[in-house]
Amino acid sequence: MDSLWPQIERLLPGVSKPARYIGGEQGALCPEHGPGRVAWLLLYPDTYEIGLPNQGLQILYEILNERPDAVAERAYAPWVDMEAAMRAAGVPLFSVEQHLPAAAFDVLAFNLAAELVYTNVLNLIDLAGVPLHTGDRGPADALVLAGGHCAFNPEPLADFVDAFVMGDGEEVVGEINEVVAAWLAGDRGERLDLLRSLAGVEGVYVPALYTASYEDGRLVGTQPNDPAAPAEVTKRTVADLADWPYPARPLVPLTEVVHDRLNVEVFRGCTRGCRFCQAGMITRPVRERPAAQVRELVNRGLEWTGHDEVALTSLSTADFSGIEDTVRDIVDEPSHGGRVSVSLPSLRVDAFTVGTAAQIQKVRRTGLTFAPEGGTWRMRTVINKLITEEDLYGAVDAAFSQGWRRVKLYFLIGLPTERDEDVRGIAELGARCTEIGRRYHKSVTVVASVGGFVPKAHTPFQWFGQDTAAELERKVALLRAEARGAKGLTIRWHDPAASVAEGLASRGDRRTGAVIERVWRAGGTFQEWSERFDLGLWESALEAEGLSLSEVCHRERDQSEALPWDHISAGLHRDFLWGDWQDALAGAGVEDCRWTPCYDCGACTGFGVEHVVASAVPPAGGSQGTGQDLRQGDRIPVRLVGRAS
Amino acid sequence: MPPEDQRRLRLRFSKFGKIRFTSHRDVARMWERALRRGGVRMAYSQGFAPHPLVSFGLALPTGCESMGEYLDLRLDPAEPGDTPVDELAPALSALLPDGIDVQAAALVEKGEGSLQQEVASCDWELEVLEVPGEELQERVEKILASPVLTVRRERKGRPVADDIRPAILALELTGAQGRLRAELATHPRGVRPADVLAALGTDKVPARACRTHQWIERDGTRFEPLPVEWPAGTAVAEQNARRALPHVRAGNQPDPRGSRPRGAWEQ
Repeated sequence: MDSLWPQIERLLPGVSKPARYIGGEQGALCPEHGPGRVAWLLLYPDTYEIGLPNQGLQILYEILNERPDAVAERAYAPWVDMEAAMRAAGVPLFSVEQHLPAAAFDVLAFNLAAELVYTNVLNLIDLAGVPLHTGDRGPADALVLAGGHCAFNPEPLADFVDAFVMGDGEEVVGEINEVVAAWLAGDRGERLDLLRSLAGVEGVYVPALYTASYEDGRLVGTQPNDPAAPAEVTKRTVADLADWPYPARPLVPLTEVVHDRLNVEVFRGCTRGCRFCQAGMITRPVRERPAAQVRELVNRGLEWTGHDEVALTSLSTADFSGIEDTVRDIVDEPSHGGRVSVSLPSLRVDAFTVGTAAQIQKVRRTGLTFAPEGGTWRMRTVINKLITEEDLYGAVDAAFSQGWRRVKLYFLIGLPTERDEDVRGIAELGARCTEIGRRYHKSVTVVASVGGFVPKAHTPFQWFGQDTAAELERKVALLRAEARGAKGLTIRWHDPAASVAEGLASRGDRRTGAVIERVWRAGGTFQEWSERFDLGLWESALEAEGLSLSEVCHRERDQSEALPWDHISAGLHRDFLWGDWQDALAGAGVEDCRWTPCYDCGACTGFGVEHVVASAVPPAGGSQGTGQDLRQGDRIPVRLVGRAS
Repeated sequence: MPPEDQRRLRLRFSKFGKIRFTSHRDVARMWERALRRGGVRMAYSQGFAPHPLVSFGLALPTGCESMGEYLDLRLDPAEPGDTPVDELAPALSALLPDGIDVQAAALVEKGEGSLQQEVASCDWELEVLEVPGEELQERVEKILASPVLTVRRERKGRPVADDIRPAILALELTGAQGRLRAELATHPRGVRPADVLAALGTDKVPARACRTHQWIERDGTRFEPLPVEWPAGTAVAEQNARRALPHVRAGNQPDPRGSRPRGAWEQ
């Protein structure tokens, strides 16, 4: 199929940031398509600058292009001006590498990293020239796949996505490729045959093979309607990250993107047990990358990219065994010429030791971010983010005394059992942090960034009735009033209305699809962009479909109610989640099972996998400051990295 | 001012094809990465966030091509001084993205001014294909006959009206279809090729612009900061001669298995 470049080239002088449509990144591949090779178009349903750094997409891009029976290219959501120009000129969605039309691909595979991009998913399917609904597609149409964290409640997109992939993609992507290759080799038979074969791949969910039943307007269950479909689809888990040192050749964009740096994933999974955190629940167990491999990926990556900054990524990088040694090795590496800075996103508040801070500081002091999440100790016990005030002040003191002048604090409001004093507590903590800073500097900045809590599937808070936008707004006003007059403290907050729309897409059932479609048809793309978000579109779509926010978002569920994702398993026992929800309401914390006996959440035992860590003892301060006894138990499913297991 | 012991290296490069849609800032970032990968030992600024001392010449507007862009960089005084300047151009070209080629590198004499100060005018080649030749000639003559040519543009968020006529030093048809040559002054206020295209009445359609020369004037003579010959038959000269298909580069067939083909644009 011919490249669309000559047509695209004519559009670019008239659109904003045209460089996001030209491809040509270092690391980009221009694979040769042909018979016997399944052609994948990997899609990130947001702008190029948001999507390009996505590590999941880059990992699959390399793994697929290494296969002799697959080729993969990438596409991102064209911004509004480009989309209009494309539609006016009759230019379909295209890959950025060779500017091939989406029709040149057998598979459109979406990365779902956020719920508010769902209308963009529909828009991209449409721009690709593929029928919007799964039921309207024929053998010649591309297969539409989706994976990523949001796939764990697939139901809102069930009408539009042929198959969802749960969990780690490294292994399953190859299995899917083989199924599709076999179907293509058999001259594209019935599309249903392909879907049935896919349903036989572990971790793959084919919504068309399931029926959702309702009684009195409420979901009562989702059951297979086809013998090829398992009653429950369980996620895939890569047992050892060391087997997958990807991306080996990270993409280096030609234009500015978010996270414009080298990213190296140091571990996957997290067992800190923060109850609001979907990522921490669905990615268990903890699997560390061996420190030697981390160093190798960093050194090779810096040489390959020319970046002068590397981020060691994970859900809680300070928990990486031997993090201080790893950071020191990177900073001291002679070949880096003393010019490389290390950033540690998602720092743990308690154990951020002065030593690690000082090492990073040697090169360049970027701002520091901590996430206490809750404004009072009571609130933090409910969410199991067991950070004492002393932990926070100690960490902030260390930061300011080491020369940082800017500290950012992340908080959530709208949490279960929240009282006004918990909200006001955010301002108190923030103000106290500015006071600590002024001991060291004349002028310091503390930014308290406040998000409205959105309950997510497969978490202990999946039963919780989310705050209304009005209630969140009231709490923001309360917080702002409390913070007024606190010198150096800035409060930032997210649009409460957007939190509500996100809640709808997060916990909605299959009927939410029609709502998403209406919002898209009304022009509601890029809903995660504040200048584009429009709650009115969502409200009128809900009304037209006979649904309501109070039913989907603001209503607390009881234990017996069927949840839209009950037939999807992230490995966590429902009983464990319910028990943890009850503990939350009682304000009882739970320990980190990396270093304490197993409490059988199900993630390890269900899959025959275990934590892979280099140290079976917690890091200094790793008790989260609770004084819990974290002595090693005798039933811990831990495999030590680098030792025979 | 940087200390005198920091030697200054000047590089000249071209920008053609798809990469013309990247911005001046984007190109600066590409250079920083390429210089680091190439192990060029640069001098860094002092202070809170040290950055390499690299200064670019006149910004090339996004979407324009160029046969002659420049940057100056300060070398680390501790650098042993044995960096083979001749070998830098091909080495850096290999580390830069497709469409950017380094053509020359040389140390700058002490006391030379900065590129921004020294370059007085630029030559441009413009392509306007949708206006018939005779009409284009009429429009050119009309522009040249006007004592004043006001364009409205935005500066610091405010609409302003500028007279660009004094900055149009030359404007003529080259003979090739739709092709014009323009010489535009950079001081006191630069005129962009888009302004000239707008004056030619082609602002809404894709027109092409390529900066062909940047000129320094001294003592009545003018010269380029780093002159290069464009031998006939080289890829870029060829390309420039056939700019109707400008994104074609020689010798860049896609790798059959896709293992990072340098120059793997699809044609």
